[in-house]
This record gives sequence, C-alpha cells and structure tokens, in this order.
Amino acid sequence: MKALRWIVILLLFGFVVGWLITRAQPLPADALDRLTGDSARGQNIFAAAGCASCHTAPDDASGLLSGGQVFATAFGSFVAPNISPNPDQGIGNWTDLELASAIVNGTSPQGSHYYPAFPYSAYNKAEMQDVVDLIAHLRSLPASDVPSQPHDVGFPFNIRRSIGGWKLLFTRKDWVLQDAATSQLSRGRYLVEALGHCAECHTARNVLGGLQRDLWMAGAPNPSGEGRIPNITPAGLLWSEDEIASYLKSGFTPDFDTAGGEMAAVIRNTSQLSDDDLAAIAAYLKAIPGIEE
Amino acid sequence: MTLNWKSFLTIAALSTAGAAFAGGHNATAEETAMKVRKAHMQLFSFNLGILGGMAQEKAPYDAQTASIAAANLAAMASINQAGYWLEGTDTSVEGSRAKPEIWTDMAGFEEDNADLATASTALAAVAGDGLDALKAAFGPVGKACGDCHEAYRAPRN
Repeated sequence: MKALRWIVILLLFGFVVGWLITRAQPLPADALDRLTGDSARGQNIFAAAGCASCHTAPDDASGLLSGGQVFATAFGSFVAPNISPNPDQGIGNWTDLELASAIVNGTSPQGSHYYPAFPYSAYNKAEMQDVVDLIAHLRSLPASDVPSQPHDVGFPFNIRRSIGGWKLLFTRKDWVLQDAATSQLSRGRYLVEALGHCAECHTARNVLGGLQRDLWMAGAPNPSGEGRIPNITPAGLLWSEDEIASYLKSGFTPDFDTAGGEMAAVIRNTSQLSDDDLAAIAAYLKAIPGIEE
Repeated sequence: MTLNWKSFLTIAALSTAGAAFAGGHNATAEETAMKVRKAHMQLFSFNLGILGGMAQEKAPYDAQTASIAAANLAAMASINQAGYWLEGTDTSVEGSRAKPEIWTDMAGFEEDNADLATASTALAAVAGDGLDALKAAFGPVGKACGDCHEAYRAPRN
C-alpha cells in the first residue's frame, strides 16, 4: 500500500511538472523596457521576416494583412490570421509586449500556444530592437475588418497544450551555423535562420513536424503538393554568391528562368532588402555544410 | 532466308524497344506537346538572358542586340500556344511541372500570357533607346514571367 501511495504521488508530481513546463509563456514584463520602435526600420524587418507572404489574403494585391491563406499540412489546415491594426479583428488592441510575446514565444495574449505554422521557432532568435521596430511598422499599416478564420486541425493536435511539448522538443535558440567567422556571415545567419525562416520550407521535418537540423536546407517535400522544395546547401545549389544575390533581388535564375510557386512571394520580400543583406544571405548559403539529398 | 518464329519475335521486340529508346518516332501527342512548350520556354529564357544581362549590367548594352531580343520575346509571347497545352499534361504526368490550375483556371492562365505579350511589346518598343529605358521596361516582363510561374508551375521533383 505504501508503494502505491508513492506511485500516486510521483504521478501527480509528474503531472504538475508537465503542466508547468508546457505552459505558454509570455516574455518577461520588462522585456521591452527602454526600447522604442522605429517604423521605417521596421519596414525592412517586415520584408526580411516575410510577414506579408502568409498574412495577406490569397489573390489580394492590396497588401492588406487580413489573413485567410490556408496552409495544408500533415497535421491539419492552418489559416493565417488577420494581423492588421484593426482593434476588433486584428492586433490593434494588443500591447507591444503581447505582440512581442506572440512573435518571439508563440504565446497569444490569452496565454495559449500558437501552432508552429507561425515560425516563432525562428523569430525567437530575433533581436528585441528589431521586434519593436517591426511592431511599430505593423501598427502603421492599413486596418482590415475581415475576421480571422479557425484552423482545421484534428485530434490530438487540436489540444493546444500539446504544443508546449512540441516547443520543448523543437524550439531552440542556438544557431545551426555555429561558427560565423565574419560579420557578413553572422548577418547572413541572422537573416536566414532568424528573420527569413528559410528552413521552414527548405529543411525536412520529422514525424512530429520538428525540423531535422542534420538535414539543414537540404530540401524537403512540398507541403502544398507537387514537387520538392529544392536543396539549397552548397551540394544542391551550384550558383555563385553573386548569382544567388541576383536571384533574390530580381527573381531571375542565372539562366533567366524565374522563381515560381511560393518562392515568387519570397522574392517580393527579398527584392526589398539591401545589396549587402542579399550578399550576406548568399555567403551564408555557401558556408553551411553541403548535404546530398 | 528462313526466319523462325523465335527470331522474328526477338527482332520485333528489339526494334520496338529501340524505337521507344530513341523516342521521337512514336511519341504521343502529349509528349510532343510537353517537349514543344519546354522549347518555347527555352526560347524565352535565351532572349531574356540577353536583355537581363544588360539590365543587370553584367553585359555591355547594345541597342541593336537588345532590340532584336526584345522583338523576339514579343513575337514569342504573341504565338497562340493552345495547340500544346493539352489537357492531361499536368503534374500527374512524369516530367511535367504544369499545375492542374492551368486547365481549371484557363482564363487566368491566358490573362498572365496576355500580360507577358503586353510587357514584352512595350519592351520591344524602347529596348533600343538606351540602358535606362531597357531597365525600366524589363521589370514588367520579369514580373509577368514570375506571376505565371507562381500560380501555374510546380517545383521540380
């Protein structure tokens, strides 16, 4: 009987610990102290982080961040929400700290987890100054009153708490390219691994949807169906650094084919970046390990 | 000469295999259509390369060369391609990256092609007028290429 009592106590203890460590955590209350957002700088962060590619309505050229794009995955269909400054349907009533917690920690103002279709597992490496600049820019954009649509996710993934476990397993703050020898490489690493979240499509996932860091950028099945997202390690992408930068600027490959599919939307963002930033991304892509598919 | 059944069948089988290997001779209408439209795209990219090299200042600007390449693009974009966008040649067929949306949204697909015709005709009108004119008119051509590839072309397998 004594043993049984101990087992019950241990189980309860495990449950309490599990409950605590899978909580959705906002940033500390003082995370944004002494930081002031600069909307003009934020426009560049907005482009580098690719916000508009997912949060604009499908086939809407206006650029309104009204949401509505559907992302079909093995775990269900996720619908990007309205993140325009509308106070009722968007983020207009959120505090800066709530927005920063959403972007960096994947935690909603109500204290629940966001699904990792929202790439907070990359944005968690963003500089806090960049985050407040981005927030200032978001607040300057036109509002949309289109309501956000619910996700269509089946059991057990519809239990938001389970995402706390996912975050523990797969959200990491360390860089994949650990040795960035030059300032250009560390800038490229920041743009690719943090803001640009390139790995979300270009790196294969395990059965639980976690990125396989040992296959970093080596290509992956296309989540939206046909074909494969290409290998962009030095083993798969044979272009020169100039050619990579030129592609990200213009959308033209070295043989004057153009970017297509989702990458066309990515080019709309990268084409706004400075030549230095594009050269940094290209340098980074040449510095990561080449992996044959 | 005597030819028994066995050797007759062997020769028949070998020649069939040979023809299949050589392709071409017994290509289906679908295979031909796919081959022809890839050739069409290659002609686009060849001429785009001449203009893009100048626009990106990787090659010296030459008014005559630019005008010829732009005129080629405009002519290519104006060709009626209906004969080689055959139904049943979408991504379900090996070697095709044409998304099924081409056939479910033919009006949108044709509109994108019309945009390319408009942009490349405009480019052809000014390509000989100097590098700045070329650069300004080249952008919309690239955008037309990209818009269509975004909606209607799947990634490689």
